[in-house]
Amino acid sequence: MKLSRDQVLHIAELAKLALSEEEIELFTEQLSEILAYFEKLNRLDTSAIPPTAQVIDMRNVTRPDEVRPSLSPEEALANAPQRKGNFFKVKPILE
Amino acid sequence: MELYELTIAQAHELLQKREISSVELTRSVLQRIETVETKIKAYLRITPEEALAQAEKADQRRAQGEDNPLLGIPLAIKDVLCTKGVETTCGSRILQGFVPPFDATVVAKLRELGSVLLGKTNTDEFAMGSSTENSGFFTTHNPWNLEHVPGGSSGGSAAAVAADECLGALGTDTGGSIRQPAAFCGIAGLKPTYGRVSRYGLVAFASSLDQAGPLCKDVKDCAILLQAIAGHDPKDSTSANLSVPNFVEALQPDVKGMRLGVPKEYFTEGIDAKVAEAVHAALDVWAELGAEIVEVSLPHTEYALPVYYIIAPAEASANLARYDGVRYGYSYPEAKDIWDAYRKTREIGFGAEVKRRIMLGTYALSAGYYDAYYLKAQKVRTLIKEDFDRAYQQCDAIIAPTTPMPAFRIGERVDDPLQMYLGDIFTLSLNLAGVCGISIPCGFADGLPVGVQILGDAYDETTILRVAYAYEQATEWHLQKPPL
Repeated sequence: MKLSRDQVLHIAELAKLALSEEEIELFTEQLSEILAYFEKLNRLDTSAIPPTAQVIDMRNVTRPDEVRPSLSPEEALANAPQRKGNFFKVKPILE
Repeated sequence: MELYELTIAQAHELLQKREISSVELTRSVLQRIETVETKIKAYLRITPEEALAQAEKADQRRAQGEDNPLLGIPLAIKDVLCTKGVETTCGSRILQGFVPPFDATVVAKLRELGSVLLGKTNTDEFAMGSSTENSGFFTTHNPWNLEHVPGGSSGGSAAAVAADECLGALGTDTGGSIRQPAAFCGIAGLKPTYGRVSRYGLVAFASSLDQAGPLCKDVKDCAILLQAIAGHDPKDSTSANLSVPNFVEALQPDVKGMRLGVPKEYFTEGIDAKVAEAVHAALDVWAELGAEIVEVSLPHTEYALPVYYIIAPAEASANLARYDGVRYGYSYPEAKDIWDAYRKTREIGFGAEVKRRIMLGTYALSAGYYDAYYLKAQKVRTLIKEDFDRAYQQCDAIIAPTTPMPAFRIGERVDDPLQMYLGDIFTLSLNLAGVCGISIPCGFADGLPVGVQILGDAYDETTILRVAYAYEQATEWHLQKPPL
């Protein structure tokens, strides 16, 4: 499986990751090599095998919907790169 | 013997007898850190003032009649576990300056018991790596040979324990990140069963695989530290609501009549001859102690690597979407719009391996490739899990080398990611199956430690601790110290 430059750029955009020119070249080559290694899996017929997403036998763990102590706004915002009042400040999403 | 050389159990005994205080013990360890840390670089940050204050508090608690095996014991914490009020970076520049407003549950438990927290240990960025070379800050050195890696990703914790820069440490293991550095540094490291220990406050890498556990100077200390952190946590809905056995009481050095399985798939091509020799010699020790050694098969072992390197990056690509420069960590200041801010923040904040895995995971989950990669890997994960289920019907525990070779040289593999991944072949399956394992030292190859893994069934930590303890009581590898 050889990735094209366009595919690498498409994946990077899906992941919202800017890449340098060197990284684009490097990842095109390295990811292709890793994906080629993954083809080993195609030797196995898994048509009748169910997938495993997690290994514990638990489903839909619920708890009563009760108010409990949580972080204060000051604590929650303490690490914010930019804040305005009690909000995280971000660049405009809509012009 | 210097105080910093003590095991947790030995230090506890002296504290109980009032022969030493926690302040004296903590000072000794801090002095040791001062002496060797410039060579080892195990810690991303050390908190001596806080540590001494905690030690004083522990001494007061003891004076008031309180006692537990970790009261006043100086420990180190891997930097992917949140510590309230102490910067937590996961070895990543994108989290530089992040001070968590809460403790991980495992850290909160240690604080409640009155442990002394010395600082945060180095790790590959977001625990993605096998050498600490992917740390965004610096590489930790193996105490046995400073030109070699300590393993990873919990390489800082393993090196700190091996160099006596703490009495014990917490690490995390997603694909071998406790066991592999424990093997490379000649110490004991235990990956608990998935669900045994809370993941709350463990910064997520691959949520279906991550698990925190102890790295210690010996097996008994692993049991003590595991006892302290195990148990159900309402804050982690994947933690198991099961009673926790007494791991310390389970340490009977007796394996008579136990069946120990040896998987033939772990002794094939690519394993260093001296590593294989050391593991075979360990099997002879267990046989002499009365265990029955039986051959078992884990036929899908060779598929664990591709399965792991699809599933873990897929989960990571989702988990790491949160680093957008809005709520914490690094934020690119000169972006023209919000999309530019996301892209540039992530470009500058993440290192090469993290980007590579985000790319790999995003691809495996993307439209048109999901079935071929992610779903396929999940199906083969079922086969790997079934291998273990079948094997444990024939034996009580499985014995295998922890790594195919001893610690490699710094820089040797860093440019070849696939080569680096191949070093993980013996540790990945365990996480995919969700079962437990411990690595303990069993010899040396060219002056570097060799580790043997004891793998157990789900929630059967008592068995692997017992098998490991019996070996340790019969040998002296765990008493060897690096020449520093």
